[in-house]
Amino acid sequence: MSPSHAGAPLLIERTTHVDSAVADPPQRSAGSAATAQGALIAVRLGVVAAGVSACIAGLAATLPPATTAVAASGPTPVTIEGGPTSSSDPTPVELSADLYVPDVTPAPAVVLAHGFGGSKGSVAEQANDLAAAGFVVVAYTARGFGDSTGTISMNSPEFEVADASRVIDHLAGLSIVETEAPGDPVVGVAGGSYGGALALMAAGLDERVDAVAADITWNDLESSLFAQSELGTDTPGVFKRLWTAIFFSAGLDSPPGRADICGRFSQEWCDAYTAVATNAPLTDEVRALMRRSSPASITDRIAVPTLLGGGQADSLFPLQQVDATAAQIRAANPDTPVKVVWHAQGHDGGVDESDRLETMTRAWFRAHLDGGPPVSLDFEVSRVTGSALDDRQSGTVEILTSPRYPGLAGESERAIPIAGPPQRILAPAGGLPAAVSSLPGIGALGGLLALVGEQVAPNQSAVFVSEPLGEPTRIIGASRVSIEVSSDAPRRASLFVGLRIETRAGAFVLPNGLVAPVNVDVGPTARRVDVELPAIVADVAAGDRLVVTVSTTDQAFRTPEEPAVYAVALAGSSVVIPQLEMTARAEGFPLWAWPLMTLGICVAMAIALRLGRPRADGVAQRPDLVGSPLVIEGLVKQYGEGVRAVAGVDITVSQGVVLGLLGPNGAGKTTTMRMAMGLIRPTEGSVFIFGERVTPGAPVLSRVGAFVEGPGFLPHLSGRENLELYWRASGRSGAMHLDEVLEIAGLGAAVDRKVRTYSQGMKQRLGIAQAMLGLPDILLLDEPTNGLDPPQIREMRQILREYATNGRTVILSSHLLSEVEQTCTDVVVMHRGTVVAAGTVGELLAGRSGDHLEDVFMDLVGSDHLVNAGPLAEGDR
Amino acid sequence: METYSARRTLSVRVELTRQLRRRRTAAAFGLVIALPVVVVLAVEFGSSAGGGGLADGDFDVFGLMASGPWNFALSGLFFSSAFLLVILAAMFLGDTVAGEASWSTMRYLLAAPVPRRRFLFVKAVVGLLLTLSMLLVLVATAFVLGLLAFGDGTLVSPLSGALGVGESSVRLAVITGYIAVTLLVPAGVAFLASVSTDVPLGAVGAAVVIVVVANILDAIEALGSIRAILPTRYAGAWADALGPSIVWDEMAVGLFYNVTVFVVLVGIAVLRFDRKDVMS
Repeated sequence: MSPSHAGAPLLIERTTHVDSAVADPPQRSAGSAATAQGALIAVRLGVVAAGVSACIAGLAATLPPATTAVAASGPTPVTIEGGPTSSSDPTPVELSADLYVPDVTPAPAVVLAHGFGGSKGSVAEQANDLAAAGFVVVAYTARGFGDSTGTISMNSPEFEVADASRVIDHLAGLSIVETEAPGDPVVGVAGGSYGGALALMAAGLDERVDAVAADITWNDLESSLFAQSELGTDTPGVFKRLWTAIFFSAGLDSPPGRADICGRFSQEWCDAYTAVATNAPLTDEVRALMRRSSPASITDRIAVPTLLGGGQADSLFPLQQVDATAAQIRAANPDTPVKVVWHAQGHDGGVDESDRLETMTRAWFRAHLDGGPPVSLDFEVSRVTGSALDDRQSGTVEILTSPRYPGLAGESERAIPIAGPPQRILAPAGGLPAAVSSLPGIGALGGLLALVGEQVAPNQSAVFVSEPLGEPTRIIGASRVSIEVSSDAPRRASLFVGLRIETRAGAFVLPNGLVAPVNVDVGPTARRVDVELPAIVADVAAGDRLVVTVSTTDQAFRTPEEPAVYAVALAGSSVVIPQLEMTARAEGFPLWAWPLMTLGICVAMAIALRLGRPRADGVAQRPDLVGSPLVIEGLVKQYGEGVRAVAGVDITVSQGVVLGLLGPNGAGKTTTMRMAMGLIRPTEGSVFIFGERVTPGAPVLSRVGAFVEGPGFLPHLSGRENLELYWRASGRSGAMHLDEVLEIAGLGAAVDRKVRTYSQGMKQRLGIAQAMLGLPDILLLDEPTNGLDPPQIREMRQILREYATNGRTVILSSHLLSEVEQTCTDVVVMHRGTVVAAGTVGELLAGRSGDHLEDVFMDLVGSDHLVNAGPLAEGDR
Repeated sequence: METYSARRTLSVRVELTRQLRRRRTAAAFGLVIALPVVVVLAVEFGSSAGGGGLADGDFDVFGLMASGPWNFALSGLFFSSAFLLVILAAMFLGDTVAGEASWSTMRYLLAAPVPRRRFLFVKAVVGLLLTLSMLLVLVATAFVLGLLAFGDGTLVSPLSGALGVGESSVRLAVITGYIAVTLLVPAGVAFLASVSTDVPLGAVGAAVVIVVVANILDAIEALGSIRAILPTRYAGAWADALGPSIVWDEMAVGLFYNVTVFVVLVGIAVLRFDRKDVMS
């Protein structure tokens, strides 16, 4: 210790009260600064307010309209008397219905019909949305289902359609429903599948219906269940046994243990279904029964705006059905507004577009019942753009539109040459094994078939292949192909004709798993069969081939039991594909993504604002302290509730001293040092280094070299590399003094070994050397001699004393009295988070009983009253 | 007396030097190099069962994989994207702050002083750089090995058929880029965890646990549209780059989702770190 420093003034401050800041910075109340800060706060507030309102508006705009708009009142259950129970029993059936009332009445009404096997509850959500859109909605359970009485007659005019008319009568009697004339309410009918057919039938048979929306439903029950794709014939087709069974089974349920052959069906329909399902020939009687329950019988009477949805993923009621309905309505009443939509869902699953379709239905009724904005009558087609690799029901679609609905044959046709020799194919006895083209009733999973590829037994199929297509080709509608079929003996043959796409990779894709069944009489003479292939929306890439397959089996259909061999050849030399110019309407991001994105942006903005928030850290500089290496004022660190690691410390360190921070373990020395390094945020008070306030990352910390609570090095690098990299990372410039500090570390050759091989003492010395890198003005060392040998400790003392010459300052902490006594010029004694004494070593020794610091230390911290009383009071010393 | 500049502290270069020499880094890169090697050996010397060519609808995965360097690189990505890459990304970002804390080096860097936000920024950048290079090394290794082992056949996909050299490269680049993007969420989770703990493995574990939980939740169909907020919802969207033409919709949403979640997680990490008392 150089004598010149011995008399350096060391400010001794004792803290007697710890709660109030000791020195209120004088700059705090500067007027101009306050004004500037006020303006800044105002600007920030404006930005925050704008951001918050933009976020709320964005979320409100993107979130789907709340479906709970009418939930406050909820639907009112009502029982409506329907048509007669049966032809012999005129008692009206009781229909269980729900009435949804909008906020504003009187309003136009909508009758909602449900799908087969459902009930009024299955359309509750749609009913809610319609009511929220301003319609009085009646959703009722069809007869034979749910709580409604009666039996199922498959939308027969005398029964189900009569029920719908009674429901409209009921609406006519309600004051909340707008009427055109007494007994004639403004009313639309909507439904899908079973309900869709009812909607069409009601529109044809009840003149009071003003608009209709029917989705994925049948035009003709017979051609739906007995599929016949031969053009220009009226003979019954191939029985869709699997779909029919699944469809009808929904009406065959009965209470457990009380099974009944007819279930909920009327006797008439029960008999018809039983006959069909047990292979009986299709009688004229059954055909007439189905005809009566088909919209085809009344489409010529539909003269109200009609929205027709057809599903591409629908092997039960394929697009041909919706096409037939549209064509029949137009033929009879050319002026009737008809809009046709080929969407991507259906009875087989497909891509879920229900939100879009329900929105379209609401717009349709608003336009035609409520004087809302007109809905374009453009033909709309969904093109699935999502990859088939992933079964994503929310997969994306692109909407293609055309101002005119051209039907299945498109605006023009294009002949693609196909070729293949005549082939003999086997229809196995019993029809098994059978090809699998679609899997009725399993919904979305059916879409996976397109990926896995349907299995076709090789000798059951004839294959005719085109050359690779020269350009990308889009098929929208039904293609046609003509084949010649013969058999060794006269018989009725069931054949399944498919249009597949063979990709360049060699995979076969059957769009939507749809095949065209034909039921034809064949014999030894070749018979020409013109086949209408399934209506599809498909993109064929350049280089892909079109493949026409003719197969004898398909597990979804009933095929003849008798085995047979057919000779199949092409009757023409091409397959004719429909062409239609359509405009793509960019849907942008999928709708469901918008709320999520808005939310994401809002959260990110909130965090950005939080990150940008200016900190109220108090005064940053104290010009009056520029000359002092370290000034600590009223420093408090409190963890959680009550534990005060540092309970109000004031220390001023002058230049050129070696200050010892002395105290037992837990006195708060290390915490104080960490606060001086900007690692821990003080609860109260501040630390100033050369007049600059210490905050995390304060530039003035670059004048401090620190060593706290043991060394820290990258174990996979050598000691030298560690120091070099630390210096490069420190942002300091000037001389690094590497060789000097390495000499202090005294590692010898080990300096180039990896640090993980070092002993604790070696690391300790390297750590102190790292603190000395660049010879900083202040050296802050926490227990520097821990783990050193006595000779090394001695050496270290010498080094530290020398370091403090030239105006540098060393602050070290220790719990060892001898250490401080022998190394330091000045001492601050800490105990229980407070400074209990401070001064030069000489001052502290003066006037004490003992000659050694140890005695003083024991005096200060060892006595009982100190231990119990906490911080020492001023007068006690 | 301008001897210190915060801008000079802990440059990306210095941080890269500090991280690159770690055994862990070497092991990660070794792993992504070894994976394609093992697969090549398996395809070359494995049993040649089922060599009957493509039946109708059959997926000959190994045949498809061995059809050229593009396909092979793609299969390398496919095999590793679900888990290996996630773990490695979580490791590079999860270990970065917590590892520094566990070595006790963080307090010396912060007291140097490296400003706290700069510290996190450089850490995140280097973590992402390492993750990205690991991904590129995987693709490059698989591509070169594929070229050596299977010839130069271009990309063949069951959905789009064979593509040209240029198109194949574009598709591979898009898929690699998108997979890099999908690693952002686990990386962000790991980074946030890294700031919150001093145990490096804990941070990596947190990210992996979250990915596993997301996978489980994603498998529960009853959750419906709630699954749209799960990272797994977007993980497979790169398949849209294998069709006849690239479909961007889902990938664009995925990109937005991953970037936003990453930004939010890193933002929270910065907020936490700003006010954290460094006790390690």
